[in-house]
Amino acid sequence: MIARQLKHRGSALWVAAMVHRLSGLALAIFLPLHFLALGLAIDGEARLDSFLRWSDQPLVKLAEVGLVFLLTVHLLGGLRVLVIENFAWRDGQKQLATIAAAVSALAAFLFLVRVF
Amino acid sequence: MSEAISELSVSLWRGGGDGRYETYAVPRRENQTVLDVVTFVQRHIDPTLSYRFACRVGVCGSCAMTVNGKPRWTCRTHVSRVVGTDAGGAQLEIGPLENLPVIKDLATDMAAFFAKWQEAQGVFAPSKTRHDAIEQISPASPARRAADAAIECINCGVCYAGCDTVRWNSDYLGPAALTRAFTLVNDVRDAGNTARLQAIAATGGCHACHSHQSCQELCPQSLNPTAAIAALKRHTAAAYLKGEIKA
Amino acid sequence: MNVRLYVWQRTTAALMAPLVLIHIAVIFYATRQGLSAADILSRTHGSVAWATFYGIFVAAVAVHASIGVRNILSEWSPLKARAIDVFVILFGIALAILGFRAIAALVLA
Repeated sequence: MIARQLKHRGSALWVAAMVHRLSGLALAIFLPLHFLALGLAIDGEARLDSFLRWSDQPLVKLAEVGLVFLLTVHLLGGLRVLVIENFAWRDGQKQLATIAAAVSALAAFLFLVRVF
Repeated sequence: MSEAISELSVSLWRGGGDGRYETYAVPRRENQTVLDVVTFVQRHIDPTLSYRFACRVGVCGSCAMTVNGKPRWTCRTHVSRVVGTDAGGAQLEIGPLENLPVIKDLATDMAAFFAKWQEAQGVFAPSKTRHDAIEQISPASPARRAADAAIECINCGVCYAGCDTVRWNSDYLGPAALTRAFTLVNDVRDAGNTARLQAIAATGGCHACHSHQSCQELCPQSLNPTAAIAALKRHTAAAYLKGEIKA
Repeated sequence: MNVRLYVWQRTTAALMAPLVLIHIAVIFYATRQGLSAADILSRTHGSVAWATFYGIFVAAVAVHASIGVRNILSEWSPLKARAIDVFVILFGIALAILGFRAIAALVLA
């Protein structure tokens, strides 16, 4: 790369696409762990219960808040892609992308309040 | 030529891919374009500077370069609009277009850009001969309107240089080639559509686009490759599901 | 990415959009209630509805996540196409196996 800066990367829509990709990657890494945790029930109720109690810790709850944000932001980012690809072009997407990020943050915040 | 009002410090890329930025002091004038700056350096300071231009008035697309991190037409970029401070302390940083091999200094090798145009089958395939009646096409028909909205591409390479998917995926045909393919998909006179859709449905075709929309934001002709590519995704998906093309 | 993978990925995405919304609602409900393992299992045990809902979800996410990871690896990693394909297929199969196992754990327990 010769340019010392890449200005196009500051665009709200580029950031939206990047957040969508990174949130997907994070969720893909999280999912096997999620399935393994739920699968603890195979060893009996007590096993799952002890895991649920472990997950009551503040740090774990904070991580869960993060996950709710990632899931919501990935969903909304995905809807952005599906709309662009399947419906007539609309301007004003930058504002919509910013609103989507705000909605995701709100969802995560609501979860935070719920859980603490 | 207007009087110099002060001095401008400019970083220009010199050499090939393994070159470096060199700084020049250029008189700053009113109504000065970035192309004027580059031209001044070549004519008055260093005649070995290599760069491309032709029309100087924003109709040919030859003078596209990276200016302070953004690919632009240098003949249509006023210095007063872009001057800032870069990391090296210069106010203007000018380099060759990204995503293309550098021949020398500010000139890139655009062969790959045009090769991908061919690969996307951005070439008209006639369905009639001169002995047939002329096809009557209404400019107001939806297909023609879609084609017209995308047809004014002058192959400047700005969208290609600004696209991160081009940067990360060497197979990707790129916004310009796909936009041209889109205009032909909407041309009722064209007979090559099945082969064209097959070509852009393959790896590196329209489905590689992630809708970053840098192309649409950067295009100096205000074209919208993101929208054109989105439409191509619909066309190819429909053709695939109907069995007209293969994966 | 080609047209075949694209169709699979967008279809599973569209399919999962409503499933994710329901799942988020479930998450909020479960955490509000402070459900214990016994509470959860009493709701999911023997439930055809739970098994169907999450069965579809797991199948869809196994396809969707694998194709997504494939895109990321092909653009950001130096791995060759063949190696990437092998990795993501294994990843998708692993997700499906672990996911169906989790559903079995909660429904058949």
